[in-house]
Amino acid sequence: MSEGISKFEQLEIEKPEVKSRLESVGIELDPSKRAASFVQVDQETATASSFLESVEVMSIKDALEKYEWLEDYYWKIVDRNQDDYTREADSKDVNGYFIRSLPGKKVDIPVEACLYLKKAKSRQKVHNIIIAEEGSELNIISGCTSHPGVTSGMHLGISEFYVKKDAKLTFTMIHSWASDVEVRPRSAAVVEENGIFISNYVLMNPVKLVQMYPTAYVEKRGTAIFSSIIVALENSVVDSGTRAILKGEGSSAEIVSRTISKGGTVIARGHIAGEAPEVKGHLECRGLMLSEEGKILAIPELEAKYPNVDLSHEAAIGKIAEEEIFYLQSRGMSKDEAIAAIIRGFLEVDIKGIPEILKKEIDRAISMVEKDLF
Amino acid sequence: MKSKGDVLRVVNLGLKVDGKTVLQNVNLYIKEGETYALFGPNGSGKSSLLSAIIGNPTYRISSGRIIFKGQEVTPLPTDERIKLGMGIAFQTPPRVSGVKLIDVLRFCAKIGNRSEEEIYEFAKKLKLEDLLNRPVNQGFSGGEVKRSELLQLLLLNRDFVMFDEPDSGVDLENISLIGEIIREILQRDTEAEKRKKSGIIITHTGNILKYVDADYGVILYKGRIACVGNPEDILNEISKNGYEGCINRCLREFPNLNNLK
Repeated sequence: MSEGISKFEQLEIEKPEVKSRLESVGIELDPSKRAASFVQVDQETATASSFLESVEVMSIKDALEKYEWLEDYYWKIVDRNQDDYTREADSKDVNGYFIRSLPGKKVDIPVEACLYLKKAKSRQKVHNIIIAEEGSELNIISGCTSHPGVTSGMHLGISEFYVKKDAKLTFTMIHSWASDVEVRPRSAAVVEENGIFISNYVLMNPVKLVQMYPTAYVEKRGTAIFSSIIVALENSVVDSGTRAILKGEGSSAEIVSRTISKGGTVIARGHIAGEAPEVKGHLECRGLMLSEEGKILAIPELEAKYPNVDLSHEAAIGKIAEEEIFYLQSRGMSKDEAIAAIIRGFLEVDIKGIPEILKKEIDRAISMVEKDLF
Repeated sequence: MKSKGDVLRVVNLGLKVDGKTVLQNVNLYIKEGETYALFGPNGSGKSSLLSAIIGNPTYRISSGRIIFKGQEVTPLPTDERIKLGMGIAFQTPPRVSGVKLIDVLRFCAKIGNRSEEEIYEFAKKLKLEDLLNRPVNQGFSGGEVKRSELLQLLLLNRDFVMFDEPDSGVDLENISLIGEIIREILQRDTEAEKRKKSGIIITHTGNILKYVDADYGVILYKGRIACVGNPEDILNEISKNGYEGCINRCLREFPNLNNLK
């Protein structure tokens, strides 16, 4: 524990600029507001503590030592040979978090997990395993950010999610990096019978590159809901996709993305595959171009491997309509106020089933940076 | 220069849209407390005139001036005209994706100096309580769109308010409600000498005039003001002899009006 404290002190949380970085990604470090806290600084665990018995939180290193059975979950749905980045993450000094809600336990208060990049030019390697045991409910805020002044580095994050039968897992990941940080998460989820997996992603700050394509394997009557809010500022490239493989009868998926380019490049991918009877999937990509520079590329893909499937998508990219701005001006808003209101509305995704507290964190993350958009 | 009670002066206004002349030499003078009914066939320029007055950027003024409360507003953006005291209810306002009605109403209330309670009170009166958290005009019925326009205007509480066909597509049950609200906005139930609010109502059918009285009627014909008079007389004449018939009679009675022929 003493080592943990010293690492924790290295965080320099008392500094307002550090506190604000943490808050911007939903990290409170306040036991009254969180069910558990995990903080990793570079490769070291700074803190790992649970305030409730119904949820376990520890570093992946400790978890692998404590539970032999965890081998059955480790590198099981993400392929360690998928690419150079998974191979690099498959190293001795990898760290990460293990979060598990116990069977039948419902944890309303969110668990927070923070991956913090402190050392400039370093390569942070992370492997997370999240298990919502049968009939349990678990809410997680995962905030990833870099230390003030640290402008370059690399974050490689493997995450494997297991939503057991009748369980519900809401996972909200908020990223706030710096202009020269490269981020390559590799994630996959298994959603068992009647399970619900709600995954939200928010990225509104500059970043050099984000590249990811998380996949959910959805079994019988399971549900996967993905929502992404992505802003690509100048010099940022965000290549973000979501895939749902509907493997079980009656399973469903909903993938929604709202992307904004203000000079940066966004590639919004989505893929739903229907491989069983009575599955239902819907994909929605909406993009907003705020400047003459930049690019948004929406690539929605639907794939049916069974006749009795219901898959649909809608994609729309555009700029803000002049007549909408004029209309709000006719109510007394200045042009800038009207544009701000429309952008705020665009980013407000109505995420089904998300707890109010997580909704507030997302709203806060948006409001903290939206002024940079105007 | 400002004379007492002077609200709106449109002086020799000419307007072009996509190079085509839409309005020519339009003159209009509206004083405090006065309500005008604006008639005219489709395409005569009625909505274009209101767009020019409110400052819609897609309408380019080619000549003339618009003076509001003694100040030239021709170069001002729409929001500044609103802050000076103008308001408008559009015939077919756009859907504003993502911006909730309640958020727009709160903004209107701030400008109109109305309270949060009044927002809900007026929303209830206009039967729009269930739409407050929906994006503006998204999935609204025709009647709901009209009532939402009026709700925004009630909260904006402006001195000079224009209504573009507030009665079109409104069912019989709702037209009296709409009439009542317009009467309230334009203070038609206040003694004439004490009225502060002025306005223009565009009406195609004249239906709304059964619920809201106007002081003057004006016909806009081929982009020009063709007739000014008692609104009921004009409406009767139009329904008997058509717009041309009405205008011919006007020309006989007021030979000084623009020569249209």
